[in-house]
Amino acid sequence: EPDPLITEIQDWAAGLGDGVDATPYGLPIKFEDDVVRRNVEWLTADTISSINFTPIHALDGTITPAGCAFERHHSGAIELRKEDYRLMINGLVDKPLIFNYADLERFPREQHVYFCECAANTGMEWAGSQLNGAQFTHGMIHNMEYTGVPLRTLLEEAGLDAAGDLSDKWVYVEGADASSNGRSIPMEKALDDVLVAFKANGEALRKEHGYPVRLVVPGWEGNMWVKWLRRVEVMDGPVESREETSKYTDTLADGTSRKWTWVMDAKSVVTSPSPQAPITHGPGPLVITGLAWSGRGAITGVDVSIDGGKTWQPARLAAPGTDKALARFYLDHVWDGSEMLLQSRARDETGYVQPTKAQLREVRGENSIYHNNCIQTWWVRETGEAENVEVS
Amino acid sequence: DHFVQSVPDNPSMWVAPADSLFVSAANADSEAEAGAKFGLGREALPEEIAAWDLDVRPDGTGLPEGSGDVWTGDELFAEHCAVCHGDFAEGRDNWPKLAGGKDTLADKDPLKTVGSYWPYLSTAWDYVHRSMPFGNAQSLSADDTYAIVAYILYSNDLVDDDFTLSHENFLDVEMPNADGFIVDDRDTAEKHFWTDEPCMENCKESVEITMRAAVLDVTPEDESAEVEASATTEDQQEASAVSAGAEKGEVEVASVDAAAQTDAAESTTMAAPDPELVAAGEGVFRKCKSCHQVGDGAKNRTGPMLNGVVGAPAGHIEGFRYSKPLEKAAAGGLVWTPEELRAFLANPRGYMKGTKMSFAGLKKDEDLDAVIAYLQSFSQ
Repeated sequence: EPDPLITEIQDWAAGLGDGVDATPYGLPIKFEDDVVRRNVEWLTADTISSINFTPIHALDGTITPAGCAFERHHSGAIELRKEDYRLMINGLVDKPLIFNYADLERFPREQHVYFCECAANTGMEWAGSQLNGAQFTHGMIHNMEYTGVPLRTLLEEAGLDAAGDLSDKWVYVEGADASSNGRSIPMEKALDDVLVAFKANGEALRKEHGYPVRLVVPGWEGNMWVKWLRRVEVMDGPVESREETSKYTDTLADGTSRKWTWVMDAKSVVTSPSPQAPITHGPGPLVITGLAWSGRGAITGVDVSIDGGKTWQPARLAAPGTDKALARFYLDHVWDGSEMLLQSRARDETGYVQPTKAQLREVRGENSIYHNNCIQTWWVRETGEAENVEVS
Repeated sequence: DHFVQSVPDNPSMWVAPADSLFVSAANADSEAEAGAKFGLGREALPEEIAAWDLDVRPDGTGLPEGSGDVWTGDELFAEHCAVCHGDFAEGRDNWPKLAGGKDTLADKDPLKTVGSYWPYLSTAWDYVHRSMPFGNAQSLSADDTYAIVAYILYSNDLVDDDFTLSHENFLDVEMPNADGFIVDDRDTAEKHFWTDEPCMENCKESVEITMRAAVLDVTPEDESAEVEASATTEDQQEASAVSAGAEKGEVEVASVDAAAQTDAAESTTMAAPDPELVAAGEGVFRKCKSCHQVGDGAKNRTGPMLNGVVGAPAGHIEGFRYSKPLEKAAAGGLVWTPEELRAFLANPRGYMKGTKMSFAGLKKDEDLDAVIAYLQSFSQ
């Protein structure tokens, strides 16, 4: 049967489309309107202090479009104009300073691509399979190209002689919103790769990501990436704020809790096929794809299993892994139509291999909430539908 | 090693040789050092630092002078905190519980509260003072904060009811879980995860599915999905189980007589409110803002949106889950006349036992007049 889409003249081939100014700042075409951030209502009391999830099941490549990159607020996303923006550097510095936004733009800039992952990503899975979709199990992550000034430059502008020996010093960083979300960061990290960023993916930060200025703390848990950054204080010890004691600490099986668990360990997930991205064609060529990342450095490889971890084969990285950024992997598979237990396993440049859930539970129990970097399993049925499962 | 490259502490180590090249190089270095400064920004003033540098540390550094007792804290807590955290700091809905959970940290679902989990009292003081109440941050004085923190300690059975917390005895309070934390030890405790040769073949004998997400069925289906679960997650960890489901099941649908509604609405028609009173009411309404919205685009939050509430039948906002007693009163024909609102807002829990609105009430007549005038200015 000839395809009428080909044999008949279609409206779009005869008529005219939109003019150039129809959308001065564009949004995705309406046919993609299901590719959106999603919230899980039962997680939190109010969306003002909550989190939503990046639709990673529907994206490809590694850069996350800002418009669907997950949000996490503690007192809501505030509107702060560049003109009203101030950044204070104080504490153990030679001269406490105030910068306005225009000042920040005059310091030498850097650009880096980094992932930002909430420490609670995959946290709902500690007790078992719960949420049916990569967006919900692994969507508290985004990966953007940041432009900004190294925090080190600003600290040196204020002068660190007053701090003396820097090896035991800290910075305390906080935001301008009501939560302030203050966090303590060891000086070693602060002087290493932390960025005071004002652009992401080339454009101004979005309101929900901290416009006009946020902190970028590469490889470390997202909560430390303080949005609407307003103050950096050099200190001789940590503040032990709410966000680093009562939250973002990991309770082990014996009731003891780990603190200062900042680094996000190597992790990966198959984004397609997955519960929200079932196989819609029959047997034959199938692209299995996913994301891998490590807070300790670059991803060096990803293995994929289709039999629940009995055997593994190396996937192909779309590009060599880079420092603390998402890597995209592909396994070009010929599907025989039988059911699969799909898994992926990331390796990073430090030799770390992503553990199974059982391995993690063995060390940490089930009450950690945070830092769950276990191997994820999707049960893909003969129909092509997939479900989040746990396997022995 | 990425650590800071600092110039030698002792300049005398830099013995200047006769070699002029070296001298000029040293000069160049010091110029480069000076040149590393961009001369941008301006010096922060002491008043500015004082306004923003509010953090309080475990050793009490940063605590202002002041004090507050448990009973004052009880009243302040009822007014500012109980709406989310419950009258006894036990938590409401999904909001954090601040009390309880003693000796539960090794249990399957530990209850992590200020008493059971927080290692330092400074954290509570710092957070209450800096970031609470939700929606009206930094409105509490130092004395208020001491009192509220004293009440939270009392709610956790950590102090007696005659206790007064101050900057002087702050460090004497013993936090039960002070020794419950270790510094990240993944490098050693999880050393076995660093294995350069992961298994590729015959990694296990058999594979069985042991758990399925579909069995729990807690995944949102669409935007309007309402799901309840007893899952463990970040904020839910220390929050109560979702109570909405149970409540929704019990609530009878109120059927308000349409004619009665109309009568009531007509009988409450009155002159436009005094603009000065409305302006004053806007200030009073700040106390309500963490739960209620009013005005353009107002939506239901913890409490229902309040556009047109003055003169409206109680429970008139469709889709809002009212408390059972309010639903009952609504079914009985309650209308929010200024008089009824006045009585309710003066003493919410006295007026309506069991109301979800855990607000202490407005004590001053002028505040009651003002806030009702303010609400009246937002007719539907």
